[in-house]
Amino acid sequence: MTQHQAHIRVRDLNVHYGTLRALKDISVDIPANQITAIIGPSGCGKTTFLKCINRLIDLADGARVSGEITVDGIRVLDPLVDVTEVRQKVGLLSQRPYPLPMSIYENVAFGPRIHGLRDGRNLDQMVEHYLRLAGLWDEVNDRLDAPASKLSMGQQQRLCLARGLAVEPEVLLGDEPTSALDPISALRIERCFQELKQNYTVVVVTHILRQARRLADYVVFLYMGELVEHGPARELFEHPKKPRTRAYISGEFS
Amino acid sequence: MKRSLLWKIEEAVMKGLMIGALVVVLGCLLLILSTVLRKGLPAMNLTMLIQAPKGGYYTGAEGGILNAILGSLYLALGATLVAFLLGLPIALHLQVYAGHSRLVEVVHLSLDVLWGIPSIVYGAFGFSLMLFLGMRASLLGGIIALSLVELPIMCRAIEEGLKMVPFELTESAYALGATRWEVAWKVVVRQGLPGITSAILLAFGRGIGDAASVIFTAGYTDNLPSSLLRPAASLPLAVFFQLATPFPAVQQRAYASALVLTAIVLTISVLSRRASEKLSRYVVK
Repeated sequence: MTQHQAHIRVRDLNVHYGTLRALKDISVDIPANQITAIIGPSGCGKTTFLKCINRLIDLADGARVSGEITVDGIRVLDPLVDVTEVRQKVGLLSQRPYPLPMSIYENVAFGPRIHGLRDGRNLDQMVEHYLRLAGLWDEVNDRLDAPASKLSMGQQQRLCLARGLAVEPEVLLGDEPTSALDPISALRIERCFQELKQNYTVVVVTHILRQARRLADYVVFLYMGELVEHGPARELFEHPKKPRTRAYISGEFS
Repeated sequence: MKRSLLWKIEEAVMKGLMIGALVVVLGCLLLILSTVLRKGLPAMNLTMLIQAPKGGYYTGAEGGILNAILGSLYLALGATLVAFLLGLPIALHLQVYAGHSRLVEVVHLSLDVLWGIPSIVYGAFGFSLMLFLGMRASLLGGIIALSLVELPIMCRAIEEGLKMVPFELTESAYALGATRWEVAWKVVVRQGLPGITSAILLAFGRGIGDAASVIFTAGYTDNLPSSLLRPAASLPLAVFFQLATPFPAVQQRAYASALVLTAIVLTISVLSRRASEKLSRYVVK
């Protein structure tokens, strides 16, 4: 932890849906250039937590958010902040791939186009670069004009990864990004994450403990909207401090 | 034993009712088509399609209904264009921008009420509006009245189409940092194209077949439509006027006109389905 600076600082984060308190006083630092896994049983607020970091929570009806999140000094939850800027800094890979209704090429080019990121760079080269980064280039380079919906589920998810990377974020969020995929596609996404952490801060929500063990450098354990324990992955998995953490990672409940 | 027999009878009766309903619907369609074909085809010829009525046309003399064909196309295309240009932003606003507010409910209710208003009321409204503005019966007046008839249909149908766009798709576009404007125009509209096409078709079909809204506003003329500010003929009114004559030969031409109207609607619907398939190549299923 010492050599990795905090990239995302969360302080006293609370989220209410109507009368339901989905997240309770969450405070945690998420280290830069590492993979942080958010683990916990279904309905414990993992996805809600993730959606606060890129302000997608704004789209949820009736959600009230308080507290403070800073990414690189940008106060994410500040009502005056430019949300499109936040979302450009913080990319998201969702549970199921939803390619945009356009060609493979246009899907990846979407981000650079809307954010005007080209600065004289060649768009074709950008598209190729990010498709390679997501490990999809070799499979699609001969049919970039094909509709993205024609790809397999696993390919679509890697396309969504390339599309998210092309926005040039610093933080990459994954909301159970492999849960809809076959094991081989899932592994490819995990490998991508392993490589990407050199240049990005990665935060992955997962309810698969083995995946968290494989991937994570840092772990945050949420239970019923509360932050139970967080710490470097090895420490947390081998010497959990709290009884509930111990019970969860030993598989007593899931 | 007894109960299972009851169930079987119930099943048979329900099935019979459903088949009966199907026969009634299909029968009506076939009856209409066959009547129009049987009575209209004998009077149909090239002259009907390429000439305007000559003197004495309504007593059986030479001529055709090109005035009404062109008039109807101009009226319906114009009105559909206007209704689309107004309807798409309304539907997008309701679906992408407005969320779930009171205002949305009020707008929906208003659109549904507007949908239910008989088109003669739009005709009368358009007519009084024209009197107020000092306009005379004209193609433009007809287009305005007809676009009012089409607008609620257009809005509601586009909205239904846009509702089919999955929330997660718009969410993923927002997650890329897209603004609402970009989400609306680059994602929702593209994904909703098939629905938008059927909405246009629905509104056009309603528009081209409507007589009541154009009778005061567009008027009727035997001349080909030449200006937005001159009166224009239309097919439904051509059917009406010809059917109202005491001459069987002219009445037959009314059926031929109805045949032309049906053929136009059919052609447009086939063409737009084709176009929609082409355009929705990228739609995510």
